[in-house]
Amino acid sequence: MYRYDAFDQTLVDERVEQFRDQVARRLSGALSEDQFRPLRLLNGLYLQLHAYMLRVAIPYGTLSSRQLRTLAHIARTFDRGYGHFTTRQNIQFNWVRLDQAADILAALASVEMHAIQTSGNTIRNVTADHLAGVAADEIEDPRIYAEIIRQWSTLHPEFSFLPRKFKIAVTGAARDRTALKVHDIGIQVVRDAAGEAGFSVLVGGGQGRTPMIGHVIRPFLPKADLLAYLEAILRVYNEFGRRDNLYKARIKILVQTLGPAAFTAMVEEQWQALRGPALALPDEELARIAAHFAPPTYARLPAASAALAAARAEPVFERWCRHNLLPHKQPGYAIATISLKPEGGVPGDATAAQLEALADLAERWSLDEVRVSHEQNLVLPHVRQDDVPALWRELRAHGLATPNAGLITDIIACPGLDYCNLANARSIPIAQQIQRRFANRERQEEIGAIKIKISGCINACGHHHVGHIGILGVDKKGAEFYQITLGGDGSERAALGEITGRAFAAAEVVDAIDTIIDTYLGARRHGEAFIDTYRRVGMVPFKEALYGAH
Amino acid sequence: MTKVVTANRLADGAIVYLAGSDTWSTRLDEAAVAADEATAAALLAAAERAVAACQVVAAYAFPVAVADGRPVPIDQRERVRAAGPSVASDFRD
Ligand code: SF4
Repeated sequence: MYRYDAFDQTLVDERVEQFRDQVARRLSGALSEDQFRPLRLLNGLYLQLHAYMLRVAIPYGTLSSRQLRTLAHIARTFDRGYGHFTTRQNIQFNWVRLDQAADILAALASVEMHAIQTSGNTIRNVTADHLAGVAADEIEDPRIYAEIIRQWSTLHPEFSFLPRKFKIAVTGAARDRTALKVHDIGIQVVRDAAGEAGFSVLVGGGQGRTPMIGHVIRPFLPKADLLAYLEAILRVYNEFGRRDNLYKARIKILVQTLGPAAFTAMVEEQWQALRGPALALPDEELARIAAHFAPPTYARLPAASAALAAARAEPVFERWCRHNLLPHKQPGYAIATISLKPEGGVPGDATAAQLEALADLAERWSLDEVRVSHEQNLVLPHVRQDDVPALWRELRAHGLATPNAGLITDIIACPGLDYCNLANARSIPIAQQIQRRFANRERQEEIGAIKIKISGCINACGHHHVGHIGILGVDKKGAEFYQITLGGDGSERAALGEITGRAFAAAEVVDAIDTIIDTYLGARRHGEAFIDTYRRVGMVPFKEALYGAH
Repeated sequence: MTKVVTANRLADGAIVYLAGSDTWSTRLDEAAVAADEATAAALLAAAERAVAACQVVAAYAFPVAVADGRPVPIDQRERVRAAGPSVASDFRD
């Protein structure tokens, strides 16, 4: 794992003391709210519906047990005993006091964490594949490059006041688990014809009011040029991105307006001007950062564990293994998905006790590492197959063994109108209703792989545009209604969902989902997943089932 | 339209309702109810003084109905603010 050097540590420590002073000046009246708001947002502190909310970055979704314990401590001491994992590898604390916010930042800084650039028109927390370093289909660990981008973008003076927020995702694998194509910039490690590793660079994807799939503007970028190229993209955006209209300020609108070819030409021209020693990534520095992400020392084990195979005779355990266990690239190891989607729970929430339990389990059985996925689940990335039965028993004791990863109850839901100041409608209760309706585990398995994603407003934090079934909360004369989309996909086969038709009242949504599922089950060919059936049969049968022939 | 004035307390962010010319309560049923625009404007002016005095932030008025002498929010947003997150209890309006 990456460890802060003296420079990193000084930077976050100084930021804590600056913020402490700013809060004191705000409380004393020396700063007005208008003066203070941008300062608190620079430190991830929002004023939400019920209270202040602090958004903490989890760079590339990797946490140590020590960090997890600090998050648990913050949840227990400064919040109401829980935290909420978001779709951007952040954790949010919903009940924070302003007069304690600097103490929380100090606690974070003590474990090399911060909330810098988790808000505002800056380069936000850089996200990465949550299976980085352990997925079999990976060319290189993307966290190396995410960390380099984190260092380059943190407090970058030129990019502190962009036209709008800016989100970058990085993956090292062909299978996309990061929703790469709906990011402002998506970076994928690829090989050129000679076998050399470099990057494919995609720009101009995004969700929100105007969802778009990004364009590959450079199929192969040599590694040394990563920062020069990113700087060129950001420069073009900073200069030409619109600042006069909030709804047209994201880079996707600039790429669309200029056209990908003209945009690319401008970036390439900038890049040629920027290429040079100042921004080139030296081999030694690359190697230094890469060393932090070197594979841990694994035991030499047989590829398959007899103990695990024997334990799988127990049906309840077998079900969890079937859905929540993934193959690891190291023989004898497995990757365990810890679902934060228990039936009727809040997607992405974990209590302080659960975070502490996971810290202990990670220390004992996962080489001290936990990952956070953009699907609001956690991952223990390095579990010996022999240890899986014991791990599962412990997870069960802490309410963390829901066997539903990738199934219909593994729903992404944003905080919605239960917490968020911008929401039109509630998201979480809709997720809970769907979870209850489909609680039967056999039925969940019969339905198979499907992704339902729910947002409480058009900002799309719940990724509804790329849900196989997307649900968007809208306000109709003060009442909560929900628009449903079908066919969205956040993977390497990215697609934006199509609206089914008129929106549904809150009380109608779960029946509508049931109708959609029944239609799918009636139409699917043997073994076909929901998204594939939808692609084959299209919208018409679903529309007819939902709205009748009219 | 009948209105109540709300804000968040500066130091801890708690939701508060203006209960008198310079008192705030965390309970909606203790809020001062303005039955006409002139009273609502006077309540908002009092709230702005509290903003200037660094007691509260983000003050605004919102519409309520009055049932059994108590203000009841009309919009879902204010219902959630008054009752807290609905997520443990599902839709039970
Ligand atoms: S999608 Fe809207 S309601 Fe949901 S968290 Fe984002 S801004 Fe809030």
